[in-house]
Amino acid sequence: MFPASFGYVAAHSVDEALVLLEKHGDEGKLLAGGHSLIPAMKLRLSSPRTLIDLGTIPGLRGIRVNGDNLVIGALTIHADVASSDLVRKHLPGLADAANVIGDMQVRNRGTIGGSVAHADPAADFPVVLTALNASLVVQSSTGNRSLGVDEFFTDFFTTAMAANEILTEIRVPIPGPGSGTAYVKLPHPASGYVVVSAGALITVSSSSCASARVAIGGLGSGPIRAVATETELKGKSLTLQVINAAAAKAAENADPTEDSYASAEYKRHVATVYARKAIETAVERAAK
Amino acid sequence: MTAEDEYAAVPIRVTVNGVSHDAVVEPRTLLVYFLREQLGLTGTHVGCDTSQCGACTVHLNGRAVKSCTILAVQADGAEIKTIEGLANGDIFHPVQEGFREKHGLQCGYCTPGIVMTAVHLLETNPHPTDEEIKHALEGNLCRCTGYVNIIESIKWAAAKMGGENVSR
Repeated sequence: MFPASFGYVAAHSVDEALVLLEKHGDEGKLLAGGHSLIPAMKLRLSSPRTLIDLGTIPGLRGIRVNGDNLVIGALTIHADVASSDLVRKHLPGLADAANVIGDMQVRNRGTIGGSVAHADPAADFPVVLTALNASLVVQSSTGNRSLGVDEFFTDFFTTAMAANEILTEIRVPIPGPGSGTAYVKLPHPASGYVVVSAGALITVSSSSCASARVAIGGLGSGPIRAVATETELKGKSLTLQVINAAAAKAAENADPTEDSYASAEYKRHVATVYARKAIETAVERAAK
Repeated sequence: MTAEDEYAAVPIRVTVNGVSHDAVVEPRTLLVYFLREQLGLTGTHVGCDTSQCGACTVHLNGRAVKSCTILAVQADGAEIKTIEGLANGDIFHPVQEGFREKHGLQCGYCTPGIVMTAVHLLETNPHPTDEEIKHALEGNLCRCTGYVNIIESIKWAAAKMGGENVSR
């Protein structure tokens, strides 16, 4: 299978890529690791006239601490997120997610920025980044702006980014002492994509829950905050009973659609189970 | 600009199995077809052609990747290793030897890709557990063996590469 013919230009800086994006308009498409875009182009689901390769831009790959944030360059591959000592120390839930994307070869090529910008409702990073309250830094010819994750994923394969913007960085707040993070998913047995997944960030203070963010994937057009679950956890002592009662509300504001693999009822049920698993693991990690 | 200019072929330089190649590729040429058809390295196979099966696995700058999901132009400046570059003359790589010793293949179609995946695994994790081997093999499909002997082959190779006295 071959993509339809297209032109190729390699960008060597974000500024150059922005100029190229402006020049090619709707007919240009940004290429990062290509592990969503190239399969779509081979199936002729996408036929851009020109690919603007970001892979040739130095400096967009890497993970560093900046103040209270872990800053991940948009071109950082999944394998580097999964194996990063900084990620594993500060945000093990993010490493959980990176380590279950696709397969080893995909993780060696796919990028976090590509995954986030593509906004596949069955992808892992959008869900875990929602739980972790990340910010997405985008650049245009007029400057940078930072978008909160809760406003970023607006619909199926759609984000709040404008057509003339490029995602350059993912900023994840490093949780304070007493915090734990986790991500778990039920993968589709053939594709490995999310059937249902859950991410959690829990902060425990004097043995009760000081704050909680729980996000669920697979139930809608993008990640969904399990607000009822979060509310149920806050201020309570995190016994198994409390966690179970909170997780039982994980699908409360979701209206999943049935597909060939899973019914809507099954997805809602699995969401409660995986929310519980994510919360339990986050609470265990918070105690360490 | 005419359509012809717009879709113009792009010059690339890649090092494949230690040999530098200058070539001109259409932007839509996938790396696997470049390797097979332009360089004649047909050991890398096309299986599913949809990033699932891993038969096309090669090493790009030292990492196992699926060459059906990479454009040849994206490999410009890269070091590539294919199955043809593993053996040292007549001396097999320990992973190749392991597949022979432990019957890690039947029809052999998936084998080059699985061997390249296994080599990358052992380069990054010289003593993997069975679970770690299975996790690494998630992107490779074999419809003959049931994977049991593939895992045995990789463990044999890990032992040999670790200097253990391995049985034949």
